[in-house]
Amino acid sequence: MDVLNVEYMLGLVPVLLRYLPLTLQLAGIGMVFALILACLFAVIRVLRIPVLNQLTIVFISFFRGTPLLVQLFLFYYGLPQLASALTVIDGITATIMGLTMHFSAYMAESIRAAIVGVDRSQTEAALSIGMTNGQMMRRIVLPQATRVALPTLMNYFIDMIKATSLAFTLGVTELMGATQKEAAGSFLYFEAFIVAAIMYWIVVELLSKLQNHLEIRLNRAYSR
Amino acid sequence: MIKLESLSKHFGTTVVLDGIDLTIDKGEIVVIIGPSGTGKSTLLRCINFLEQPTAGTMTVGDLTVDVKKASRAEILSMRRRTAFVFQNYALFANKTALQNIAERLLVVDKWPKEKAYRRAREILDQIGLGEKADAYPASMSGGQQQRVGIGRAMAAGAEVILFDEPTSSLDPEWVEEVLGLMKQLASERQTMMVVTHEMSFARDVADRVIFIDGGRIVEQGPPSEIFYNPQDPRTKDFLKKILATNPV
Repeated sequence: MDVLNVEYMLGLVPVLLRYLPLTLQLAGIGMVFALILACLFAVIRVLRIPVLNQLTIVFISFFRGTPLLVQLFLFYYGLPQLASALTVIDGITATIMGLTMHFSAYMAESIRAAIVGVDRSQTEAALSIGMTNGQMMRRIVLPQATRVALPTLMNYFIDMIKATSLAFTLGVTELMGATQKEAAGSFLYFEAFIVAAIMYWIVVELLSKLQNHLEIRLNRAYSR
Repeated sequence: MIKLESLSKHFGTTVVLDGIDLTIDKGEIVVIIGPSGTGKSTLLRCINFLEQPTAGTMTVGDLTVDVKKASRAEILSMRRRTAFVFQNYALFANKTALQNIAERLLVVDKWPKEKAYRRAREILDQIGLGEKADAYPASMSGGQQQRVGIGRAMAAGAEVILFDEPTSSLDPEWVEEVLGLMKQLASERQTMMVVTHEMSFARDVADRVIFIDGGRIVEQGPPSEIFYNPQDPRTKDFLKKILATNPV
């Protein structure tokens, strides 16, 4: 009995590897934008900036309260219907938009919690020497909040890498889309998706290693 | 010079400071005593604008502000003229001892790096922590942390250093080294306002002792008068209680 077509699997590795960069790009770009947006939201929430605070709360609520797949379809199929100019949104753009907004909503909350967790006396000390709110955030609060938020943010990044696989539903040929095509051609679904799964797994493991390394570095100031 | 006129602070309907009038000369060492919850810390915090006073005017050096109408720029300017030493040290946990002291010079005064760190090193040597330049707060004793806290206040070149119970959080073994540093500063005629329960420090170092109760200045004068010949019954009562546990 033919258990597993190992030869086919090995042959598939270089084929699928060509699509890995796109997967990483989707997640990488999504993460950068999501982080920027999340920091912005977190600061708005912490400082309770009027109007923006309320808008942020609604935004976070919506993007946490609805499935990512629904959001992706909204951006890809829904937006062009609203305005013909928006037909320029291709699958890759829609994916990045979806990932950015979806994950920024989650990350904003963990960044906010990390900011609030920074010892209040330190923020007072920063103000007492005449720092502006911005200087205080940049030099004292955010560096310490980063350390607290890092493990959670890395988890979201890992989640985001896996979530890029949804892009194939928008016709984007990234790792998942490519695997789907290969499998449909060979009918060796099990082999093909095992190869894809292992690739995702290796990438995530590498990131976990990086996370440990970063945590040790960031904790240096706090060890006795 | 510092001048407070009718300075008051309300938290909701609670009156914490009830019209404080106070003038402090350059180089004067003022110790503020009084029962807890009577507004001593709030007074210092108002001068540093960590609390926005409710009414009154405040002069520090050549800047006078009506606290009710203080603009953001005036508040920043007031903070930069006054330095604060916190009860719990409040060092920046992500910065070394040296960086804690240099931070203000770099960020607020925009000194070039080299000059700021040179000055910070001088201060570290002055406070006797030259060898701790690269240590983070978490690895320092309470006494060392508070000395860095004082060093950070010294870097400001402020008109006045405000000490808010600087030794109250310290284990007894570290109290002397912090008081010693404060005495050293006093001997250099650094203007200081100190809220403390260390009565011997008040007696030996202060030019003037101020007794506050219920948000008002009840009595003030040189330590010899306040400690040995208090006039107001509230002062007498307070001193009797505190000297029983904390003799001078």
